[in-house]
Amino acid sequence: MKADQSLDCMGLYCPMPIVKTVEKIKQLKQGEVLEVVADDKGIKQDMPAWCEATGHEFLGVEEKGNEIKVYVKKTHA
Amino acid sequence: MAEKEKLTMAVLSGDLERALAAFMLATTAASMGMEVSMFFTFWGLNIIKKNEGGIRSKGLMRKMLNLMNRGGSKRLKLSRFNMLGLGTWMIKRLMKDTNMPSVDEFIAMAHQMGVRIIACTTTCGMMGIPAEEDTFRSEVTTLAGAAYFLGEARHSKVTLFI
Repeated sequence: MKADQSLDCMGLYCPMPIVKTVEKIKQLKQGEVLEVVADDKGIKQDMPAWCEATGHEFLGVEEKGNEIKVYVKKTHA
Repeated sequence: MAEKEKLTMAVLSGDLERALAAFMLATTAASMGMEVSMFFTFWGLNIIKKNEGGIRSKGLMRKMLNLMNRGGSKRLKLSRFNMLGLGTWMIKRLMKDTNMPSVDEFIAMAHQMGVRIIACTTTCGMMGIPAEEDTFRSEVTTLAGAAYFLGEARHSKVTLFI
């Protein structure tokens, strides 16, 4: 999946990937896609939950080896 | 803009793992757009006391209590397997190895994310902890009582007792 920006959260456990996503998403323009790369399996549930709470769009997951890539679309400011 | 959902927490425990869990939930809730208030009471005050300095209290019992119960995020212990400090030291090592923030770092992060950190005045009074500038960390913004806690809790989506 294509992304406009990428956030590396490898080696970080919950809640750090989510906390960092909040910071990083501020740098994106509305409509842009953020890729978050993590190895904490919890992110597969955490990110959809975060999207539901914040209104951003959860686009999907891609897994390669121990890298889990989640994709979020910034839907509002 | 829709009104923010609230999370209110009463933190009565002073154990290391409970402090970590409390702040993990608080920071995650804040990152999900929730308005978070944390009320620290009894042993929970130990989490938010300053690490340096002593407690100037009056009375023998209070002096003894505050000597044995110095508090401060650096002095928190595990509730189990503390093993005279060895277990706590081991957990802190594991935390470092897995890039988990320390309690200190969590408190700073929470404060930066707008989480309100509040100390209970009743416990302060009972234990002889002077509710002054020197006693609590800079992140402690308010001192309040049970009515204020319940005032927040009754408007909260989620209320937790730790």
